[in-house]
Amino acid sequence: MNPLLKIVTDEYNERRASFPSFKAGDTINVHVKIKEGAKERIQQYQGVVIQRRNENSNGETITVRKISNGIGVERILPLLSPSIDKIEVVRRGVVRRARLFYLREAKGKAARIKERKR
Amino acid sequence: MSGLIGKKIGMTSIYSDVDGKSVACTLLEVGPCVVTQVKTLEKDGYTAVQLGYGNAKEKNVTKPLLGHFKKAGTVAKHKLVEFKTFEKELSLGETLVGSDVFEIGDFIDAVGTSKGKGFQGVVKRHGFAGVGGQTHGQHNRGRHPGSIGACSFPARVFKGMKMGGRTGNQRVKVNNLRVLNIYPDKNLLLVSGSVPGANNSYIILQK
Repeated sequence: MNPLLKIVTDEYNERRASFPSFKAGDTINVHVKIKEGAKERIQQYQGVVIQRRNENSNGETITVRKISNGIGVERILPLLSPSIDKIEVVRRGVVRRARLFYLREAKGKAARIKERKR
Repeated sequence: MSGLIGKKIGMTSIYSDVDGKSVACTLLEVGPCVVTQVKTLEKDGYTAVQLGYGNAKEKNVTKPLLGHFKKAGTVAKHKLVEFKTFEKELSLGETLVGSDVFEIGDFIDAVGTSKGKGFQGVVKRHGFAGVGGQTHGQHNRGRHPGSIGACSFPARVFKGMKMGGRTGNQRVKVNNLRVLNIYPDKNLLLVSGSVPGANNSYIILQK
């Protein structure tokens, strides 16, 4: 990357640093701002991070998966977007890969992620 | 039409202040450009301003051109471009930077030379759809152009028929790029969308 491009991307460094560090396998709670007409409210969305894409770039996205009423739901969220209010790490998981697509097919015991103990 | 000469630095994305959406954007180095000639109606038959950008080695510039630069009181430049009907009054030897001409929120046009693609078929070059399928007895002409004309009348292929050939490496103009930000200390301009050409290639910006 051209060093001059850093001038643009560095504007988001502060925002990136404001989020806790997390990786695939962690359960996070994302506070997403939702606009309804003129009103704005915050919706919480909790799930397992199954991938982080384009890390350390302005276009970084996270894919968060949760089971909602027995149906798997995945949301792809742009990490640095102003629509994301806050991210909390609920649980840290032990996983052996960076992309947890196997969770989509896994059922029952196989779909569990062990908690990482300090 | 005012304008400046610049260089493409590269692409990135930012989040819009208005709706929070991700906007793909291109960073351009714009200027400093030097006025190397002011053409007037009396002397040249039309009015225009010639700008120069990018320092060149003196040994790579012809002697007559070197004298042209000396007249303007500047070092040798790589790229010379003429702009007709410049909004500002400019004098010979004046230096222009991005913030002199462009403002945040302006819509500008960018002219560059697109990346060369080499010899390409009709699907890439002209957007043909190909033959359409792999079945119905089809096996080896999925991306072919199909028929290029009728038979004994006209008994020839019409001029300008779209066929394969050298693609890219052409002058391309992109209209209505919004200026998102200006960095005056580094002569940088951030515009929405993409700009033709490779990184470090020359771009002509028109307002």
